[in-house]
Amino acid sequence: MNTAHNNSRRDFLRQSLSGAALLCASGATEALASAESGAAGAKSMVVAARDEQLRGVGTNVDSSRMLALVDRAMQALFDRDRPVEAWRRLVRPGETVGLKVNTLGGRGISTNLQLVAAICERLQEAGIKSSDIVIWDRDSNELERAGFHLAIGGERVQCFGTDRAGYEQELAAWGSVGSLLSKILTQRSNVLINVPVLKDHDGAGVTIALKNMYGAIHNPNKYHPNGCNPYVADLNMLPEIRGRMRLTICDATTAMYEGGPGYKPEHSWNANSLLVSTDPVALDHTGWQMIERKRAEKGLKTLAAEERAPSYIATAADAEHRLGNNDPKKISIVEV
Amino acid sequence: MCALASGAALGITGVAQPAAASPSGAASGSEDDARYIVEAKFYQKLPNRKIKCKLCPRECAVGDKERGYCGVRENRGGTYYSLVHSRVCAAHVDPVEKKPLFHYLPGTNAFSLATAGCNVNCKFCQNWDISQSRPEEVPAHYTPPQRVAELARQYDCPTIAYTYSEPAVFAEFLMDAADAGHAAGIRSIVVSNGYIQEDALKEAYGRMDAVKIDLKSFTESYYSKVVTGQLKPVLDSLITLRKLGKWTEIVYLVLPTLNDSDAEFRGLAQWVKANLGADVPLHFTQFHPEYLLKNLPITPVPTLERAKAIADAEGLHFVYIGNVPGHPSQNTYCPKCRKMLVERVGFTASEMLIRKNCCPFCQQPIPGVWHV
Repeated sequence: MNTAHNNSRRDFLRQSLSGAALLCASGATEALASAESGAAGAKSMVVAARDEQLRGVGTNVDSSRMLALVDRAMQALFDRDRPVEAWRRLVRPGETVGLKVNTLGGRGISTNLQLVAAICERLQEAGIKSSDIVIWDRDSNELERAGFHLAIGGERVQCFGTDRAGYEQELAAWGSVGSLLSKILTQRSNVLINVPVLKDHDGAGVTIALKNMYGAIHNPNKYHPNGCNPYVADLNMLPEIRGRMRLTICDATTAMYEGGPGYKPEHSWNANSLLVSTDPVALDHTGWQMIERKRAEKGLKTLAAEERAPSYIATAADAEHRLGNNDPKKISIVEV
Repeated sequence: MCALASGAALGITGVAQPAAASPSGAASGSEDDARYIVEAKFYQKLPNRKIKCKLCPRECAVGDKERGYCGVRENRGGTYYSLVHSRVCAAHVDPVEKKPLFHYLPGTNAFSLATAGCNVNCKFCQNWDISQSRPEEVPAHYTPPQRVAELARQYDCPTIAYTYSEPAVFAEFLMDAADAGHAAGIRSIVVSNGYIQEDALKEAYGRMDAVKIDLKSFTESYYSKVVTGQLKPVLDSLITLRKLGKWTEIVYLVLPTLNDSDAEFRGLAQWVKANLGADVPLHFTQFHPEYLLKNLPITPVPTLERAKAIADAEGLHFVYIGNVPGHPSQNTYCPKCRKMLVERVGFTASEMLIRKNCCPFCQQPIPGVWHV
């Protein structure tokens, strides 16, 4: 932990050069060059942070290594030498912060507990009161099944599902979407940090950042036809979501390349990684390519060949939505 | 379309819960969800713990831990479950005219109930707060089939009506409740969008004594854009119901600019006459802005009258105008002598002159089920 605190940005960028390539080598080199020179311009940066030793000798994620991994990612994304400086670029004291995790898949393929703990630790160091942080998902039972302990009230970090808070009474509508939003989002979060997992999805192709917002509404079942397109993009256009979304930290410690969204251990792999970005579209595109590479490695067809390529990602980037970049030429992938 | 807004709200409804009317044996919401869960009918298992739902034409392919479009049927480890058996979120005693069924036991009340869920997403739905919600999001009470039959009898209702949301999605509960009702001498009626596969229709609605189908438009484009469904399967359902000999009435909600052209009214009337016969009641009802279509105005009464005139001219015998209290076209007239046979004020049949299923003036048989 202290080591991570003391690392400078240049130190970990240097370290990353010797790390195993998470993505294709040429793209990573280019991205690093862009990041170091500060010439990314209009590009969206996606930080791909990886630690082969994240699990140590066992199967559980080492919490200190996770904290170090989060720090490396955040420092790279915000170009800061110290973790707290990076987090202060994201949040300000007095703000309330919602961490939207993903717990649908149960303990095997839900947002990692150590990752969430690391985020909470750094948020508090950045000046956010513990009770102003709420870890949430659609359902409290699913949170508990994923290993989270519910916490409602008091000075602790809060943790509960929308089943405890309820939904707004008025519909929020944009394009094809008309839904009731979680009161945790609308009433307990000035700031939204999206903490999804990296998964294959039988209907949508992949479920990463954008689709994780399905867990913020009362009627996600209505938005699965046509590979969730344009529903995912339209949902993320709701001002209540778009106006709060500041960061996505995608948990790819354990990821799934097939058989999602329910947990299929036989189709999971330990990617020991995080994807971090302020652009959820760029992050989704990057995560999608990670899944495609793993599928190819396993001899599986592409998602397009299975007629379930995540077309909603391109919709989210189109002129009507402009939620981010899906063009690889406009995405800088920084490996750390 | 069957409004929740009026009618005697019972204790088991999530809309109004006067404690004094709370039926014994009814328990609240989520304290024991296992009571509501039964293995679904009408699905097939697929590899990799997926299933394909065969209840409605949508045929959702549902992965493990996911739900179908209706939101009330869930895949758990490769087995598909209904989450809404006996999970009643709305219950009222309504006049049967409110369904509306005008030719089925007029002047009687129907014990009307719903669970959460629907297999389409009409942008004008007036009950969207239950139809477009998942069951855990709506207050509900455990009301098993036997209790439904008891309540119908307690409230002096000759029928149980499955309504408000889309009854097809709670088919397992509907079938069990209909069986319990029949065993107690209580009939069953269903208010449905007709978006259901033939096998499921035969098994579920085959138990019904009368059916009202919401035919929401006569174009596929409207079904695609406004309903999120398809027209053809609904027309197929109407034909199947005809073959089954079920008493069926049709409601067509008229939305200004969206489904109110002369050509559409004419095409609809011609299809009904050719495929179902001239005696099927057809209700043109007035739209009120709701849900995602609050930008449209209320349907002008002249539009409804135009629709009726077209359908009359095409030879349909019983064309009604609905949701317009006091309009003379809410009444039933003899198709032969044109005398008024049933007068309706609001949802009440204030005068009923039909005797032995015939017009008392000219003895013309009047199709329907007029007496208990």
